[in-house]
Amino acid sequence: MAEKSSVFDMIGPVMIGPSSSHTAGVVRIARAAIRVLGAVPQEAIITFYNSFARTYEGHGSDRAIIAGLLDFKTDDKRIKEAFDFARERGLKYTFKSVGNASTMHPNTIKLNLKADNREVEVVGQSRGGGVISIVEVDGFSSNFSATLHTLIIDADDKKGSIAFIASVLAHDECNIATMSVSRKGRNELARQFIEMDSGVKPVTLEYMKQLSWIKQVIYIPNIDL
Amino acid sequence: MSLLFNDFKSWEKHCAETGELLYQPVLAYEIEQKDRTEEFIWENIARAYDVMKDAVHTGLTEDMRSRSSMVNNGAKKVASSPVTVLSPEFKMLVSRALGAKEVNSCMGRVVAAPTAGASGILPGTLTTLQELHGLSDRSIHEGLLVAAGIALIIEQNASLAGAVGGCQAETGSAAAMAAGAIVYCLGGSVDEVFTAVAITIQCMLGLVCDPVAGLVEVPCIVRNASAAAIAFSSAQLAIAGVNAVIPVDQCVAALGEVGESMERKYKETAEGGLANTPRAREIENFVLVQDVEILPDEEGS
Repeated sequence: MAEKSSVFDMIGPVMIGPSSSHTAGVVRIARAAIRVLGAVPQEAIITFYNSFARTYEGHGSDRAIIAGLLDFKTDDKRIKEAFDFARERGLKYTFKSVGNASTMHPNTIKLNLKADNREVEVVGQSRGGGVISIVEVDGFSSNFSATLHTLIIDADDKKGSIAFIASVLAHDECNIATMSVSRKGRNELARQFIEMDSGVKPVTLEYMKQLSWIKQVIYIPNIDL
Repeated sequence: MSLLFNDFKSWEKHCAETGELLYQPVLAYEIEQKDRTEEFIWENIARAYDVMKDAVHTGLTEDMRSRSSMVNNGAKKVASSPVTVLSPEFKMLVSRALGAKEVNSCMGRVVAAPTAGASGILPGTLTTLQELHGLSDRSIHEGLLVAAGIALIIEQNASLAGAVGGCQAETGSAAAMAAGAIVYCLGGSVDEVFTAVAITIQCMLGLVCDPVAGLVEVPCIVRNASAAAIAFSSAQLAIAGVNAVIPVDQCVAALGEVGESMERKYKETAEGGLANTPRAREIENFVLVQDVEILPDEEGS
């Protein structure tokens, strides 16, 4: 049976208009992306695809994405003036529009972000009602909503690594909601995307980071918090 | 086990058997299904109502012009119009629903109730009702929970999304939620509350979602005003004992059926209805981004 809706899906969410998929969802994609980057970026290239490519200005999705990159929440009244805040914070940005990307969801955004010497590429879909899915990170395919607690782990592609990580999380009493593994080739680096119902303790994160075969751990608590 | 809001019949039966008021099983549902405390629910319902009041106020006091310029301070024009067509109260209702929805179109803060496109209807109706009848905030908060229960049932048996069921699913559902809440807040019986929902659905049935240039502006904003008026007319009929004839669950099923058979061009695609008029196409030219790189069609796929 599908998950039951909340009273606050009916009377809510509290959000900035005009539409949940063009504002709230867009803010969330950016909030997820800056957590992958680990900082508010200094430079951003934002590509709007398909339906978004034509409609993003009229619906204010350009302001929404900048607001999210500045870590504003979905109900923040400053979203409308996001461009002014970007200037103040020194965020440089470029918008691009691409249509007819037939393999992509109608409301897709690609973010290329830069902060100091770190760069990430994140592709997200705004799926309606403010719900998002992050479908690609640095070329690795993924599928997480970022409304639970998400772990992104880069590890050597070796036998038993998934079971090991799942066991470590179980010892921290984290219930895994979704998990996907993506690798670019056999025996190459694999990236694991794990969504959990509750947060991970710092000591557990630290432990995983110390393991020789784990190259990177990115932890993204619920992006609405 | 809490009531699951599968239909109006079981909600009515539950209240008849337990003697509970309509909002109580909604509260129990949220506590059980979503693991929330009663305190959390009342706090957040109060916050939602505060945001609604704030949106009404903003729409009537601040500059409300959208980037497309299709929205241009309509609520303030209504409120300050020298001509009162029906009554000062009616003018107040219409300007408030319009104002809260204009805030939504102009990137202000609103409560999606049930959706952003219908976000002026509950604020317009409930703030007006509260003022006219001197109701407490608590009473309105209970009414909002009743409205949420109504929406939960419509979501399950029809739809709340314009892209799925047309405008009737968005503004129609919001008007039904408002009408039910009005009758509840005025002390109507369970049967009268559900009759108000049924009559409202009968009035809103068939509305297509045909937004000009795809924006949540025209005709969404004026439909928020008319939906607020229909919520009041339905509440007046229901509380006076007028029979809806078709039971409320069957009205919801009809809403679902009409939504399902509606053509795609009338479901938020901006391809039919008002969105396909010559003037709408002109507006599209300056609203839509023109500098789009179009990828070639994939061959052999």
